[in-house]
Amino acid sequence: MTTIEMTVDGVRYQDEVEPRLLLVHYLRDRLGLGGTPIGCDTSNCGACTVQVDGVSAKSCTMLTVQADGSEIITIQGLAKDGRLHAVQQAFHDEHALQCGYCTPGMIMAAVDLLRENPDPSDQEIRDGLEGNLCRCTGYQNIVRAVHSAATTEARS
Amino acid sequence: MTTTETHVIGQPRKRKEDARLITGQARWTDNITLPGMLHFALVRSPMAHAKISSVDVSAALQRPGVLAAFSGADLAADLGSLPCAWPVTPDMVHPDHHPLATDEVRYVGDAVAVVVARDRYAVADAIEAVEVDYEPLPAVVNMEEALKDEVLVHSQAGTNKCFVWPFDGGDYDAVKATADIVFKRRYVQQRLIPTAMEPRAVVVEPLAAAEEFTVYSTTQIPHILRVMLALTVGIPEQKLRVIAPDVGGGFGSKLNVYAEEVIALVLAKRLGRPVKWTESRSEGYQATIHGRDQIQDIEIAATKDGKLLGLSVDLKADMGAYLQLVTPGVPVLGAFMYNAIYKMDAYRFRCTGVFTTKTPTDAYRGAGRPEATYAIERAMSDLAHEIGKDPMQLRRENWITHEEFPFTTIAGLTYDSGDYEAATARSMELFGYDDLRREQAERRDRNDPVQLGIGISTFTEMCGLAPSRVLGSLSYGAGGWEAASIRMLPTGKVEVVTGTAPHGQGHVTSWSQIAADALGVPFEDVEVMHSDTRVAPMGMDTYGSRSLVVGGVAVHLAAQKVIEKAKKVAAHLLEAAESDIEFAAGTFSVKGSPDAKKTIQEISLATFAAHNFPDGVEPSLNSDAVLDPENFSFPHGTHLCAALVDTETGHTKIRSYVAVDDVGNVINPMIVEGQVHGGLAQGIAQALYEEAVYDDDGNLVTGTLVDYLVPAASDLPEFTTDRTVTPATSNPLGVKGVGEAGTIASTPAVVNAVVDALRPFGIDDIRMPCTPERVWRAIQDRSSGGDRSAEGTVAYGGTQTATTAGRDTEAGGGAQ
Ligand code: FES
Ligand code: FES
Repeated sequence: MTTIEMTVDGVRYQDEVEPRLLLVHYLRDRLGLGGTPIGCDTSNCGACTVQVDGVSAKSCTMLTVQADGSEIITIQGLAKDGRLHAVQQAFHDEHALQCGYCTPGMIMAAVDLLRENPDPSDQEIRDGLEGNLCRCTGYQNIVRAVHSAATTEARS
Repeated sequence: MTTTETHVIGQPRKRKEDARLITGQARWTDNITLPGMLHFALVRSPMAHAKISSVDVSAALQRPGVLAAFSGADLAADLGSLPCAWPVTPDMVHPDHHPLATDEVRYVGDAVAVVVARDRYAVADAIEAVEVDYEPLPAVVNMEEALKDEVLVHSQAGTNKCFVWPFDGGDYDAVKATADIVFKRRYVQQRLIPTAMEPRAVVVEPLAAAEEFTVYSTTQIPHILRVMLALTVGIPEQKLRVIAPDVGGGFGSKLNVYAEEVIALVLAKRLGRPVKWTESRSEGYQATIHGRDQIQDIEIAATKDGKLLGLSVDLKADMGAYLQLVTPGVPVLGAFMYNAIYKMDAYRFRCTGVFTTKTPTDAYRGAGRPEATYAIERAMSDLAHEIGKDPMQLRRENWITHEEFPFTTIAGLTYDSGDYEAATARSMELFGYDDLRREQAERRDRNDPVQLGIGISTFTEMCGLAPSRVLGSLSYGAGGWEAASIRMLPTGKVEVVTGTAPHGQGHVTSWSQIAADALGVPFEDVEVMHSDTRVAPMGMDTYGSRSLVVGGVAVHLAAQKVIEKAKKVAAHLLEAAESDIEFAAGTFSVKGSPDAKKTIQEISLATFAAHNFPDGVEPSLNSDAVLDPENFSFPHGTHLCAALVDTETGHTKIRSYVAVDDVGNVINPMIVEGQVHGGLAQGIAQALYEEAVYDDDGNLVTGTLVDYLVPAASDLPEFTTDRTVTPATSNPLGVKGVGEAGTIASTPAVVNAVVDALRPFGIDDIRMPCTPERVWRAIQDRSSGGDRSAEGTVAYGGTQTATTAGRDTEAGGGAQ
């Protein structure tokens, strides 16, 4: 067992964890943060994407101990003061989700994409989200949503 | 928002479902944690076919945190055999399907033992300690090989032939004798893995000394699952409550009764504690049903200028190792769609179901209809090429014209409405058909290394499953009705209870629109409840593009009953004759005296109080409707694909894709467009990317998301979509259903485009998926194309495809 400390969605935690415990399991099973789902066991789907110290990361590919001392934001901590993040709002407005299972990861990845490139082209969005799979939407409305969030963010 | 809003139907209302999904508050089955809950995991066979000589769980029981471990034999009496609800013929071979194998394993992933422990890590460790001894038996992965009956999947059956299902419309042989042309083709439907993004999971909570159980499952069919679990495990139905919490996609893969659901129930009963199982993706690739896997031998009899006279289909359908819930019914459902939108005098269909040592197949988005549509739409384009006609012209000369509806097809279905001319005209206009043909000619003339192909798919499908009597005549085990209830609350708000079980389709939003329109209440005042057998006791669930056409229409009908009841109350309160009461936009008024009126909310409150109520009328407006549809519905459309094929690398790029669909009247155009997009993605994935590959030993080579190429955003084009509207005449909303249209239509459009690009090379077939390797090989081969161009899908029987999965990544087109 190793002692770790991290801040998740603004709350500080200190825990004893097994060195092999995946970050996504720590979030889901220990902290009860079920908003971050698991879609694969090979780091392909991106459903589990969260922000670790401001950068998006697949929480199924990280050990909890590797995130020791980090600041983590999950989909559950993205809205601020009851206001949706621009990307969340755009996903709703543009019908960028159906079943919603890929959505937390897709939104977290899109937030990161816009941080790096605030005005992406269609192709840059498609390439930038390559690590996130969606089986429902065919991606078209996801691309639209990311554009629309980029516009909103530029205005604000 | 006022109570007078009358046209919510047809508006792109934003989804009520989204709020919790975009904020991470969804309740997935795997999120459910109950006090004292245990986790279980299954020991699965690493061999495709073997005798189980021994299973020893004793070492696993010694592992920390382990509470129980069982072999198949230990639990055999409790577990029973998994149901197949579609015995397509009376003499169908229907072998036992034990949730835990007892004597033999028959595919890689067949479960042989179960371990129960305190948490998911403990159980993952402990299954490693279960010792299983196998005596290997030969695998048989290829249907034509299996039909030789040299290796038997179920030795006691004496054959690998599961059934032969025949259908005849007219006399094909007689028609063929008069034909100028008899055109033959073999098309192959590779095996696909549905890959809903949420893996399967199940939680069972025992209550009241383990006599009552709540089952939470990632299922599309909570109602059917309840009946089937009661029958399989022998727990009285009224003691079972099934809940499908938020479900992360299904596409048919969650339209089943799975071993793990039965095992969970039996374990919860035995141990008296809640249990949970969640599959990993790789486990699911073996243990969750696959789709397609058919060989289609098509014969068309025609006149020399291309008038269709008859069609013959000889279909082989791979069942896999066992029959799941509707495995044999999938190809049978397709039987009615091969003749598609075309007129002909005779149709012969023969389907042989075949057992192999692979994961069972079952319904995957479209279930039988994409396969049929692929074959006929490929065949129409291939026939056009053979007789030197434009492929659209050939279709036009053979399709049912809009004046001819209703039209009874050679397969015996009556298409109520359609306008193929209109959808095609719109599609060709958006696509720029003539310009693209010109560009194609230019590229051919200058031997451009990048050739342009144009692919057509003028599809139709049958959906709105289904009139119960038709299902009965096809030997399906249940009906096709759907139920809805409307409860008018004292405050004027509305609860809608539906028997459908949405998992991404947006029923909560669309049903709210239907109820709001019918009752004249605000969209926001309607709540829709579903997917819990205690809350929605009657239902037939969600699959086969049935939910709107049957379940949504049932909501509309229940609303009409509410209005009829409310009219009596309004007449009483307004002191008028019931026949003088008019209802519009949520208000009851008296004919001729417009000031005498009551809103539906006022009537709801008056009914709750029941102080001043008509004699002999029950104080309730609540109403139920159960709709058994009179016919299927028949969406159709014209999809056009322009593909650029690099003849030097074999790489295909979709340059433009136009989908004009006619799904009848539309409740929510935003949701409809989303359904089309997602459907297109899955159909295109079959055409270009996905294939479940088995090696000769029966190992699933594409066993993870690394090897099985689910397309990412960068692998798909931007789609151009539009609609024509020919309302269905078989239901009062004029709706047809849209869940599968995109998948059904797009696969042949894309492959037709690839083949069209390569016609100058003498190529007339590329096996799916049209990977760069396959296309490149076909070009190198030149001479043959056809069968040999893409030798090696497993259905067809080769072994070379093991190498194709990773190839297109290198060529730049793969899904990462
Ligand atoms: S669950 Fe993390 S990438 Fe799939
Ligand atoms: S919305 Fe279902 S997987 Fe993306």
